[in-house]
Amino acid sequence: MYAFDIERPTTVAEAVNALKTDEAQPLGGGQTLIPTLKARLAAPSKLVSLSAIAEMIGISREGSTIRIGGATTHGQVATELAESYPALGYLASKIGDPAVRNRGTIGGSVANNDPAACYPAACLASGATITTNTRDIAADDFFLGMFETALEEDEIVTAVTFPVPQKADYQKFEQPASRFPLVGVFVAKHDDGVRVAVTGASESGVFRWTEAEEALSADFSAGALDGLSVDADGMITDLHGDGAYRAHLIKVLTGRAVTASR
Amino acid sequence: MKTTLTVNGRSHQVEHDARRTLLDTIRDDLGLPGTKKGCDHGQCGACTILLNGERVNSCLCLTAMHDGDDITTIEGIGSPDRLSALQKAFVEKDGYQCGYCTPGQIMSATAMLREVSEGAPSYVSGDLDGAALTDAEMAERMSGNLCRCSAYPLIREAILMASEAET
Ligand SMILES: Cc1cc2nc3c(=O)[nH]c(=O)nc-3n(C[C@H](O)[C@H](O)[C@H](O)COP(=O)(O)OP(=O)(O)OC[C@H]3O[C@@H](n4cnc5c(N)ncnc54)[C@H](O)[C@@H]3O)c2cc1C
Ligand code: FES
Ligand code: FES
Repeated sequence: MYAFDIERPTTVAEAVNALKTDEAQPLGGGQTLIPTLKARLAAPSKLVSLSAIAEMIGISREGSTIRIGGATTHGQVATELAESYPALGYLASKIGDPAVRNRGTIGGSVANNDPAACYPAACLASGATITTNTRDIAADDFFLGMFETALEEDEIVTAVTFPVPQKADYQKFEQPASRFPLVGVFVAKHDDGVRVAVTGASESGVFRWTEAEEALSADFSAGALDGLSVDADGMITDLHGDGAYRAHLIKVLTGRAVTASR
Repeated sequence: MKTTLTVNGRSHQVEHDARRTLLDTIRDDLGLPGTKKGCDHGQCGACTILLNGERVNSCLCLTAMHDGDDITTIEGIGSPDRLSALQKAFVEKDGYQCGYCTPGQIMSATAMLREVSEGAPSYVSGDLDGAALTDAEMAERMSGNLCRCSAYPLIREAILMASEAET
């Protein structure tokens, strides 16, 4: 690691202030950032830890939505959403392993926007809203591409709010060594239609499979996907699987998610 | 910088660089080498400790973030003449070959058995709480702890034995 300073503020206002230093960077659970620092792939002048900011931790139900504080761990989401939004609780329960889930946070996951991260798929399919210290951003406008988001420099994800769909499911085809999804599909059936979000597959990061959304909005059954296919162009090819394989997995997993939705 | 930690019930003040991880603090500054460094990247679980009662990978924790926190390491749960139920079971069942992953396995299992007793869901069983410790359930709940020697069947037997001893 290159040398850095570290601060541990207890309010969002203090954190925003601490981030004004040139090249300062927020530290969530550190499950991605600390390995990145060890590999010397980042050289922040200062880390601003978000883990002591009480107002960013916790889950609350607000009408038909669930609000998750930006510094809430995956472990807490897995434990607390088992009944109120089981598909999202399940997704959180499958991120990495228990030790990673006790530290990693939803804010860190969406801010990082790893092309194989799980939460971005849930955000897009649920139609979630990402709240920062300055504004609310619809998930559709937040994820801009691999590791790219609408966040400005020094902007902190303070919460993510999920409308709870009628039915939903997440299917993760796990890459067994890293436990990241090779492909992950989140299907959510809302009052006004179905949303399907795919992670792990595309070179431009998480995306909505709109053809499947139209077909499933008309007929919510795996059979509705029969005539559809995903173009392998633009899909990730790496040693774990080529683009054509990932494209195929998207359709298979979407069908499974529809059947398993609850 | 200075950080105060309670480790295995004793308070310590350590002076360190901002880059220091809890793993290096525990091993090198506090002289507790039971906690192991495998990958140093959060992948293997050899460095698992209990942080305020929860299992975490100490290689991915910066010491500076843990002022005032309570830490338990493998040295804190038992001693050679007074082994914890899990330590005893690992010895009895030969839950290891080289033993390098063992402190992490035991710390992780210590937290895992408590989580199970508190009804924490793993989503392996259809029934979210009150999970029976089947092989599949244990494999998922211990997924963060890799064993390069692949002693998994005996690790699972040891954990099962300890869980039965406790109940
Ligand atoms: C072994 C292992 C397996 C994993 N498996 C999976 C998996 O299957 N699926 C998956 O989705 N993820 C997986 N992860 C990643 C894990 O979920 C991370 O916790 C997560 O991606 C980053 O969250 P964090 O809180 O640790 O963020 P950090 O590592 O602290 O930060 C990541 C980035 O986000 C920024 N940041 C952090 N918090 C905020 C915030 N509130 N606002 C703005 N910016 C912020 C940081 O500056 C940094 O750039 C895995 C990680 C490990 C180590
Ligand atoms: S040494 Fe920490 S997880 Fe491998
Ligand atoms: S006993 Fe050798 S790594 Fe597990």
